[in-house]
Amino acid sequence: MKYTFTVSPDFNPEFISGWFFFNTWLQKSLNEQIHLELYNDFESQRQAIAHDEIDLIYANPFDASNLVREKGFVPIACPDNAADEAIIAVSAESAISNVDELQPGLRISKTDDPDVNMVCSLMLEPANLDAQNTTASTRATYVLVAKDLITQDADVGFFLADTYTNLSKMTRSKLKQLVRSDIHDIHHLLLAGPQISHKRGEILERLLAMPANEKGLGVLQGLGIENWKAVEQEDTEFMIDLMETLKN
Amino acid sequence: MNDMKMADIIGEYREKVLTFHDDSQRKVFYTEVEFPVPDGRLIVSRTDLKGAITHANESFVEMSGYTREELIGAPHSILRHPEMPAAAFQGLWSTLAEKKKWHGYVKNLRKDGGFYWVYATVIPNIRGGEVLGYTSVRRRPSKMKVKEAEALYETLT
Repeated sequence: MKYTFTVSPDFNPEFISGWFFFNTWLQKSLNEQIHLELYNDFESQRQAIAHDEIDLIYANPFDASNLVREKGFVPIACPDNAADEAIIAVSAESAISNVDELQPGLRISKTDDPDVNMVCSLMLEPANLDAQNTTASTRATYVLVAKDLITQDADVGFFLADTYTNLSKMTRSKLKQLVRSDIHDIHHLLLAGPQISHKRGEILERLLAMPANEKGLGVLQGLGIENWKAVEQEDTEFMIDLMETLKN
Repeated sequence: MNDMKMADIIGEYREKVLTFHDDSQRKVFYTEVEFPVPDGRLIVSRTDLKGAITHANESFVEMSGYTREELIGAPHSILRHPEMPAAAFQGLWSTLAEKKKWHGYVKNLRKDGGFYWVYATVIPNIRGGEVLGYTSVRRRPSKMKVKEAEALYETLT
């Protein structure tokens, strides 16, 4: 049987080749045919999920709810010591130094990354800002969000913290971090669909052994991941409950 | 639940005896010292069906002033501030009984008698159609919303 693997479209572009190497490693480890399908945006990936075209996914926490509770996916693993945190940034030249100073009419630049947008929107609440009294532009990449701030076409930008940290030094020098989330309990995770869930134990065993051999270690480094950590069903249900509390 | 200890209180305080829904009572000491929730933080806890705390994240431990050991197993009402009207919590429990999500502004009491306002969301943990417990997530509210909640709660206490 041929399986299809996909990665949440918010992955760091720096690691695109890493995901192809990972897929090759996974095929060899399991002795199975696995095709890596990458989508340009969340909407096209969700369509594929809706049509049951995906068997294995490195999923965004926002999408985990539908995958686990509606589509019968089971959790396998997540990167160890890694959490999805979000950052709201402004131009380095901005006079704003605190969320409370932000005013209605705020211009937001963001991507279509659903959990980052949700967490950043929550971080604007203390300033009484929401979709009713702000305007938002959606950009294809975080680099374009940064550009909007630098050219002052937006007042604040929403970023995935890891991506913000990986912006070039030159770009970051022109930005200022206003607030960073401190959540810890929300993270991407690898999920197996109903067609491949019988291999969960085998996949997990191979993932956990990756740092112990040179090839596996090299693949992990290509993903910017130190190690994998097993994720149980209840861990995922807890994260989904947590995400549900954040959706207004 | 044990009464609060005067030795833990920092600053000038008032005292009050709270009566809970199960008719149990607790003497609390409270001050006017506020500890705002830092930006970007989420305070996360889980309880069992009786409201006993089963999980507390680091932000919860820090904001409450209690140790993790003191929190785990304690009733969530250990945070009940005397200025919170009972009616607010009746709404919470009736909403959860319908397996629905509850939101509200809550003034919480710290171990040292201080307080912190939160925007709280509580959701039932439903597994296989059965409610096994509750998850509560609290975050920093706006000052304007806190003022509105204070005005409303004054009319209810």
